[in-house]
Amino acid sequence: MNVGDTLPSFTAPTVTRDGLARFASASGDDNPIHLDPAVAVAQGLDDVIAHGMLSMAYLGRLITSWVPQDRIRSLRAKFVGMTPVGAAPVCGGRVRAVEEIDGELRATIALTVKLGDGTTTVRGEAVVAV
Amino acid sequence: MKLPPVTTTVSASRVRDFAASIGEDSPVFHDVTAAVIPLPPTILFGIGAELEGDAALDAFGLRPAQVLHVEQEFRYHRPVHAGEELTFRSVASSFDRRGSAFVVLETEITRSSELVAELRQVLMA
Repeated sequence: MNVGDTLPSFTAPTVTRDGLARFASASGDDNPIHLDPAVAVAQGLDDVIAHGMLSMAYLGRLITSWVPQDRIRSLRAKFVGMTPVGAAPVCGGRVRAVEEIDGELRATIALTVKLGDGTTTVRGEAVVAV
Repeated sequence: MKLPPVTTTVSASRVRDFAASIGEDSPVFHDVTAAVIPLPPTILFGIGAELEGDAALDAFGLRPAQVLHVEQEFRYHRPVHAGEELTFRSVASSFDRRGSAFVVLETEITRSSELVAELRQVLMA
C-alpha cells in the first residue's frame, strides 16, 4: 500500500424510496426527512434525501472490500451535499499517507462519495493498519 | 449533558438485515449460523440512535426533521460481533456558529467495561 494508490471505486445502487425505508428500518435511523416527502418539503427541500449514513455505509463497504475489517482504526465523514432519490452514489478512495502511528504502520485514505453530475456529497477519511 | 447509558446486543439477523439494506452481500455478514459475525463498520450509529431516541435533541429543543447530520466519526478499538452485550454512554453538547446551532453527541461503547469503539456525530439545525 503506497501513497497515491487508489481503491477500486464502486457505484452504489440507485437511491429509491423503498431503499431508504429499508435502510431506515434496518439501521435504526428513522428521521422522517428521509422517508416523508411532506416533512422534507416543510424543511425547505424538494423531496426526501438519502441518509448521510447510507453513503457512509457504502464507504464502509469500500474499505472492507479492500482491507480486513479488523484493520480499520477509524472512519470519518463530512456530509457536504444532499443525495436525492434517483442518484447513484460513486465511492472512491486514495491513499494519502502511510506512516507509523501509535507504534503501528497505518495508511490514511481520503474518501469521497460523488453523484453522477459531479456533486460531492461526502468527504471522508479512513485510517487502516497496513 | 450525559444521556442515560443504554445496553443492547446486536443480533445476527439485525446484522444480516443491515448488510442487505446497504447491498453488502459478503457471507461474513449473512451466515447467521457462523460462530463469529462481525458488526459492519457503521452499524453502531443507528443502534445507538434507536436506543437513545431523541434525548439529545430534546435537550436542546430540536426535532429530528429540523437537523442535518453533518459529520460522523467512528474510532475502533476492538473488533465487535453479533451477540455481544454493548453499553453506549453518550454526552451531548451544543454550540452556535455563523447563525446555526450545532449538537454534538459523543458516545463511548464498552463491552464488559472494555472500550471497543467511540462515535462522534455532529448535527446542524
